Amino acid sequence: MNIAILSGKGGTGKTTVAVNLAQILQANYIDCDVEEPNGFIFLKPTVQKSEQVKVKYPVIDKDRCNLCGKCVQVCQFNALFNSGKGILTLEKLCHSCEACGIVCKEEAIQFADREIGSIEEGQSANLKCFRGILNVGEPMAVPVIKQLLAAAPAGLNLLDCPPGTSCNAVSALQYADAAVLVTEPSVFGFHDLKMAIKLVQGFNLPFGIVLNKWSPEGSSYKEYLDKENIKILGFIPNTREIAEEYSKGNTLNEIPEINKVFSDIAREITEVFKCN
Amino acid sequence: MQLTVISGKGGTGKTTIAVAIAELEKGQVVKTDCDVDAPNMYLYYQGKTREAESFSGGNKAIVDDLICNDCGQCQEVCKFDAIENGKVSYFNCEGCGACTLVCPQEAIRLLPEKTADIIVTENTDGFLIYAQMEIGSEGSGRLITVLRKKAQRYAGDNLIVIDGSPGIGCPVIASLTDTDAALVVTEPTQSGLEDLRRIVGLCKQLRTETFVCVNKADINEEMTKQIEGYCQTENISFVGKVPYDETVFRSINELKPIVYYEESAANKAIEQIWNNVKDSLGLSPSQ
Repeated sequence: MNIAILSGKGGTGKTTVAVNLAQILQANYIDCDVEEPNGFIFLKPTVQKSEQVKVKYPVIDKDRCNLCGKCVQVCQFNALFNSGKGILTLEKLCHSCEACGIVCKEEAIQFADREIGSIEEGQSANLKCFRGILNVGEPMAVPVIKQLLAAAPAGLNLLDCPPGTSCNAVSALQYADAAVLVTEPSVFGFHDLKMAIKLVQGFNLPFGIVLNKWSPEGSSYKEYLDKENIKILGFIPNTREIAEEYSKGNTLNEIPEINKVFSDIAREITEVFKCN
Repeated sequence: MQLTVISGKGGTGKTTIAVAIAELEKGQVVKTDCDVDAPNMYLYYQGKTREAESFSGGNKAIVDDLICNDCGQCQEVCKFDAIENGKVSYFNCEGCGACTLVCPQEAIRLLPEKTADIIVTENTDGFLIYAQMEIGSEGSGRLITVLRKKAQRYAGDNLIVIDGSPGIGCPVIASLTDTDAALVVTEPTQSGLEDLRRIVGLCKQLRTETFVCVNKADINEEMTKQIEGYCQTENISFVGKVPYDETVFRSINELKPIVYYEESAANKAIEQIWNNVKDSLGLSPSQ
């Protein structure tokens, strides 16, 4: 079973929730925030396996190309350009759809691989840990997320998702069976949470909320969720101790009160999503 | 002059600082929210709508069931597993059109899909340009490019302040390309530093002049020092530290930019940071 941890807004505590819950639930941890993967900082796994993520791009055979320009016309992503002397390829704009190859009557287009990122697998105590890493300068994270999740192991997996509600989050959610939405009691947090809720509802996923950086001043947000009949899985208090431990790259289960908070959330998750 | 505020890591305080800078330059700045996935800047500004238009960031394939003869060639050619038995999966389809090219029945068409509304509002503080994206849609890079073109039209010679998105991918690249300077807002955590390295790497590739500031600097003084040291090694201007300040949460929840809490420590620090950036860019200091 794959449980997605997501948020809409960045920096609300997805990684904190995912790594600490992975320890308690003894679940596999999978970092899908491939633009900024931070989970390994906390779980510190020994990396045992690493593989490249490659995508295809068109290579034009100049001897065969007659500059008809059909490939340029058909490319929806402006990745090909006819200079009059040759067809230029803008690799980073290419989505690897190979439509250009279909329309080329001269058979002048071949496809080659290029690396855009990598996937790592490691072990931290008894936890299996995975992460995708997008190379700096590469715009498209989706192929890295897809390759990472296509190889996800059986059993209970926690997917630490990218922020936002567009293609990156969508590609991770396609592999999810349930979702935990992490938010903070602020106007921004809830504005973006509502977008994330619409997204998981679009996928018909069962979901619940973790309220992070919680203080009683945020009670109106709790009331809102209660009124909307949205399941709250737990509250993580807003304390300086948590912020400091996080800043050092430590997990929080060593702090007894916080360990109890995460254990309660883990129990709720097991009950609500019927996983164990 | 265009300044893009970015962070790598999410939730470090980009919007708070971008809005503060815009307020310090009141009336002479166009604000552009390029965090199109989760736009928050507009929440601060009630204004008159000057422009609203819908935007298409790409196409989706549409199959005409009446003509489709279930030959399955579309499915074979699709690299995104987006078509199965003549049914197109909305989330998987990238609108490349490969299926339309192989369909012997010509039963598939590409149709532009609305992915966002672009909105320009005006109030006494100036213009704000932002977008409301359809949930789960694509093409945020294209959308950002359009937002920035619009901003240039409204700004003339004035400053454009761009609130960027977290990460280093397509929306961030679109927000940074050809901008005059980037202000990176980071936090003194292991994650903040790790993500700072990646965003600075991107800024270098794009040859963007880069400034770094640390928010909530006193959460971990040791990490803040490490970040300062890192900037020195990389030869990047370190422009200041903002202390952890509860007033920032109040400012967000009251939707009043931090500059209106004049005595707050965060406000004073941000003002200093902005003056340092202006100084480096050769702009005249704020009053």
